[in-house]
Amino acid sequence: MITLNVNNKNYEVDVDPNMPLLWAIRDVIGLTGTKYGCGVAQCGACTVHLDSEAVRSCVTRVSRAEGQKITTIEGLSENNDHPLQIAWNELSVPQCGYCHSGQLMSAAVLLRENPNPTDEDIDDAMAGNICRCGTYLRIRKAIHLAANMQKNGNTKG
Amino acid sequence: MIQGLKNKTTSRRNFLRSAGLTSTALFLGMYLPAGAKTSKVVNLGDDVDEDGIEMNPWVIIDTNGRVTLVSHRAEMGQGVYQSIPQIIAEELEVNLKDVHIKFAQGNGKKYGSQITGGSSTIRGSYKNLLKLSATARVMLIQAAANKWKVPLTECYAEAGNVFHKPSGKKYNYGELVTDASKLHVPDNVKLKERSEYKLIGKPLLRKDAALKTNGTAGFGLDKRVPGMLFACVERNPRLRGKVKSFDDSDARAIPGVKDVFKVTMKVFNTDREGVAVVATSTWAALQGRKALKVFWDDSGFEHINSTDIYQRHEDILKNKDGLVFKEQGDVNSIFSQASDKLDVIYQTPYESHAAMEPLNCVAYYQNDKIEIWGPIQAPDWVQDFISKEFNLPAEKVIVNMTFLGGGFGRKAFLDYPHEATLISKQIGVPVQVVWTREDDIMQGPFRPGMSYRCEGVVNNGKIDAFRMKLAGQNMDNFQSDDRSKPNESSSEGFLKPYFDSIKNISIQDVPFETPVPVMWWRSVYASTNGFAYESFMDELALAAGADPIEFRKQHLNNDRLHKQLDKLIEVSGWKNRKKNEGYGMAITECFESPVAQVVKVSKNPDGGIKVDHVWAVMDCGWYVNPDIIKAQVEGSIIMALGAATIHEITFKDGLPEQHNFYDYHMPRITDIPPIDVFVMDNDADAGGVGEPGLPAFSPALTNAIFDLTGKRIRKLPFSLAEI
Ligand code: FES
Ligand code: FES
Repeated sequence: MITLNVNNKNYEVDVDPNMPLLWAIRDVIGLTGTKYGCGVAQCGACTVHLDSEAVRSCVTRVSRAEGQKITTIEGLSENNDHPLQIAWNELSVPQCGYCHSGQLMSAAVLLRENPNPTDEDIDDAMAGNICRCGTYLRIRKAIHLAANMQKNGNTKG
Repeated sequence: MIQGLKNKTTSRRNFLRSAGLTSTALFLGMYLPAGAKTSKVVNLGDDVDEDGIEMNPWVIIDTNGRVTLVSHRAEMGQGVYQSIPQIIAEELEVNLKDVHIKFAQGNGKKYGSQITGGSSTIRGSYKNLLKLSATARVMLIQAAANKWKVPLTECYAEAGNVFHKPSGKKYNYGELVTDASKLHVPDNVKLKERSEYKLIGKPLLRKDAALKTNGTAGFGLDKRVPGMLFACVERNPRLRGKVKSFDDSDARAIPGVKDVFKVTMKVFNTDREGVAVVATSTWAALQGRKALKVFWDDSGFEHINSTDIYQRHEDILKNKDGLVFKEQGDVNSIFSQASDKLDVIYQTPYESHAAMEPLNCVAYYQNDKIEIWGPIQAPDWVQDFISKEFNLPAEKVIVNMTFLGGGFGRKAFLDYPHEATLISKQIGVPVQVVWTREDDIMQGPFRPGMSYRCEGVVNNGKIDAFRMKLAGQNMDNFQSDDRSKPNESSSEGFLKPYFDSIKNISIQDVPFETPVPVMWWRSVYASTNGFAYESFMDELALAAGADPIEFRKQHLNNDRLHKQLDKLIEVSGWKNRKKNEGYGMAITECFESPVAQVVKVSKNPDGGIKVDHVWAVMDCGWYVNPDIIKAQVEGSIIMALGAATIHEITFKDGLPEQHNFYDYHMPRITDIPPIDVFVMDNDADAGGVGEPGLPAFSPALTNAIFDLTGKRIRKLPFSLAEI
């Protein structure tokens, strides 16, 4: 048995310690917001936070995540009201939406570490996340919007 | 506006069957032309149609006033989850924020075609949706007028209520729905003028965005059914061969693996053989598959190489005549007399769809019934196909659409639901079949690689003669009953008014085959034809010494197109550009919507070419949501950028050479130029939105590169860094 702390809740999972965290979260714990896109750390769809750092859960073993705080898209905010989530909604960023759990989780780390990112900072931080629908321009815009909201202490849009 | 509905008459029919009215839901549907009878009233939640009733419900109102709107088409990013309700809510007079939206199940009888392809959802449905929604509203108003015993003209509907103007009294739709459902259907309800629209034409925010920002949107891969197992399949890597034998002893030793067996799904008219590993989690299935050894018999078909494909294209383009789709004037005699003739070949690559959500499907086979859940673009086709393959009546095959993590045409296919159903049948429990990214990229069917021979002569600044021959695997040809007949694929992307101005013209398709399975890919033939046609148009303009946009205008005698091109000139600053500053343009048509683009490029200080800006002008006629249209054009341009400059599928010894995003690269945020999209305003019928933005980009880009460097690019993809 391995104990995983996901979104502040403990789960006892009986899995191969080599199982990637992605599949433990999706198939065993049953939180399906975290997505499978490539399985080889190329697309970012599976991005979660491990002790507040963005990691690719498809290549992170369950054994490595044990004893750390795991945050998935379901735990990014209580009410879909993280400044990024608000900005994503205000700019209708998602198309198919499949990549956006990962996009948001990557962007959240960026915004925490760099509350005032330039276009270049955004490109650097987000280059690991593929969006096949091509929502990149809106992602960039939404991160700026969220940064502004955060600055003005306005998290409710 | 109501023209075009002539074959969908609702007059003198009971809009709803009043007999047997036992429940509280009002279904208002579109009538089908032939054999349409009456609608019906069913219990809310009961989504099963009765026999022989060809009535298609989109609107459900219960006695509490809860309004449910049904999306009969797949939501794969293109925004129908927003735009269908936006249309219905407009004429029904309900608040968009109060309505519930649900996906229809596959049922061609009930909804008409559900295939979400050809950018057809809005252009194919909007007139009916407007009319059925307005009809419902009028019936609800009538029911209120009857209750109050006042003239209809004193009442109006707003936000899910009917008001009596003089007294201020009101009824909620829920209080009226039972009475309304017993009324006769009014003839020819008056639809709103465009100027009266409160929702249509407005850039309203997408209702599905909220679900897609907190992990709650249910995609196919997120579907969970009690007792469900997971499966992965090792399929033939050469896409045609047979399983000779397999050794599953190591696979079965993996904890969680439940069973291993051979499975054969249909891919068009061929079989794709594979070995399925069924397990308790995706990971266990993947591990089991890794431990599996399959021995293939790959005899009996050619193991093709990409270089051979294109060489053969060139040979047949030189030596063979094609099936003639269009021929007018006398191209041959002009070519034989001309002193200066352009004669060039353009080539475009095979591509994978690579939707962000890899293919997957949940199926549950239960002897007398099959239920399917998945990211499915064509639930009615799946229902039809599965019912035939498994010998069950259609109503025993329930096909549920989830959100799609992209589709691009690939998820309008039947292979992956077929395979999932076969696996469930074998193992006897519900199964989710998960395709890995490698499966998704390498198993096809692919967008076919194409070659085009373009020949032309200009005289006095005008095109005197033009011939275009296409060589490539033509899906419409290989699926046709009469393969000696041409189809219009070779002309897709090309603007029809060219046929009026170019007196001598010939469009041909030279049939060509390989064992590689191919199928439609976003914007289908236009996605590759557009590159050839509009690059060549640029070459002809240059030969004529004309400005590229003026040259198009001269040959496109059409007011609407001129307005569109004028808009493009205006927004892109075309007139102020300097000579060879790196501007290129193109205009293509796809699914009834012409799109014109200007691309601006410059030399990168570190070498290579940088795309500085893209301007796109879309004319899709009547439209619902300009913000969604802009998003679709942005996305189409980025997808085209990838296919033009970043990725391609190549074959060696019959094997696809690309595997995953490390060798089938995608455009990333660092590759994206600023894109400005403009939508024309006019009263033309609605055209497509999800795909038409794609074809014009690659020729506009290569035309811009020519303008800057004098280098003409005739083969895609090419590397921007290496120019
Ligand atoms: S699924 Fe993990 S990076 Fe693509
Ligand atoms: S929105 Fe579809 S992949 Fe990003």
